[in-house]
Amino acid sequence: MKPVYFDYAATTPCDPEVVAAMLPYFCERFGNPSSMHAFGQETKGAVEEARERIAAFLGAAPGEIVFTSGGTESNNMAVKGVAYARRGKGNHIITSPIEHHAVLEPCHFLEKDGFEITILPVDDDGLVNPDDVRRAITDKTILISIMHANNEIGTIQPIAEIGKIARERGIYFHTDAVQTLGHLPFTVNDLNVDLLSASAHKLYGPKGIGLLYVRKGTRLTPFMHGGEQENRRRASTHNVPGIVGFGKAVEMARGSLEKEVQDLTAFRDKLIKGFQKEMDQVKLNGHPTQRLPNNVNISIAHVEGEGMLLSLDMLGIACSTGSACSSASLAPSHVLMAIGLPHELAHGSLRFSMGRPTTTADVDRLLDVLPPVVAKLRAMSPLYK
Amino acid sequence: MSQYSEKVMDHFANPRNVGEIENADGIGKVGNAVCGDIMNLYLRVENNVITDAKFKTFGCGAAIATSSMVTELVKGKTIDEALAITNRAVAEALGGLPPIKMHCSVLAEEALQSAIDDYLKKQQDKA
Repeated sequence: MKPVYFDYAATTPCDPEVVAAMLPYFCERFGNPSSMHAFGQETKGAVEEARERIAAFLGAAPGEIVFTSGGTESNNMAVKGVAYARRGKGNHIITSPIEHHAVLEPCHFLEKDGFEITILPVDDDGLVNPDDVRRAITDKTILISIMHANNEIGTIQPIAEIGKIARERGIYFHTDAVQTLGHLPFTVNDLNVDLLSASAHKLYGPKGIGLLYVRKGTRLTPFMHGGEQENRRRASTHNVPGIVGFGKAVEMARGSLEKEVQDLTAFRDKLIKGFQKEMDQVKLNGHPTQRLPNNVNISIAHVEGEGMLLSLDMLGIACSTGSACSSASLAPSHVLMAIGLPHELAHGSLRFSMGRPTTTADVDRLLDVLPPVVAKLRAMSPLYK
Repeated sequence: MSQYSEKVMDHFANPRNVGEIENADGIGKVGNAVCGDIMNLYLRVENNVITDAKFKTFGCGAAIATSSMVTELVKGKTIDEALAITNRAVAEALGGLPPIKMHCSVLAEEALQSAIDDYLKKQQDKA
């Protein structure tokens, strides 16, 4: 039987239409957009067209979109770029414990360089309380960075509300929207953000291309030096095929977004209900409704995640786990620990993330396959009675 | 999953000797939920020879495979022979483990030591 992919939050397949749009930009239209001749001007046009398309989708101006190598770079650029640009004003940054490591690690890096980081608490569903944000602000606060939706547990944060607080206080606000661009309807003005990170490979575009939205007037110290590209914000020859592919991917998302949200939400809720009906002691991680349409994250008591993942993989189902045993650091997911899960439940977590190609048959197959896997492992477990 | 040998995958998918032994002669319980591995090992010993071994394990693929393998390795061994089984021997019998998973084989060795200690203590108590 054909394997079924339930790991779209990790990465998505490139859409064939995206690949088709990119192909001419490898061999035929290969010019460097920074070149003045016709070869360069042709690809410059393609880059700017993609930029305009993506900007329009985000409700931004084209000049506010900076192309990067992906979400990790965008997050690094936002956090470190603001920190160093605003150092004269203050040294305090506010963030949450469930951010991607690409936000948390730059914060820890800055901490060693004299910055102060406040990591706000989250509740059991993974929500940041806007009142906590307000209380954490000091006259030294220069940046607030809270992710739009969490990649592991799917919880969607009250970004617009937090953004409003930041704006009232004149503090830059960044959101990591890697999991939401093309998956949830929003504009940068809806969210009240000054900076927003996104990555093409999460929405059926190619790997190696991302963007940072930078609201006009936002000061940012570049950390790639050596070229005039992207209004001197990010030196490096443009990744033309990547940018063209990103533009195409966004165009496709614009067309399918509404239906996808509907379909995936129905699949998500069917899986959650089905798992809890077919198995005992199954806990949903993350908010039940303020949640990404494509995300199901559960903890199954008395079994370990890597064992379940391996068993599912052998049966042709690909998913991910927050268990320590599957990570190189041998530490359980920092997100699951932050929402207060006991270690044993963090070890027993599985994330199923769905995408555009997911079908009802895929969902039904998963509902058939997982319970016997769990039963077999529970029969081996000294903890399950 | 290419990180595991075929033998590890075989012992994970078809674990030998799963279960408990009623009135076992030696029981070893090691590990904890924080580290994510818990192993219970049960031994039946007759005339100083391990005649049966069973296990119950909460843990990853490597933990289950090493549990299964250690029960296979000890069967038919004398107590002294069983005490000489190291974690490396368990890992080698499985065709090797990824470096990051070697601690699972240590758990299997500890469970075996603990079960034998329990057996020896019970023997002393009887005497």
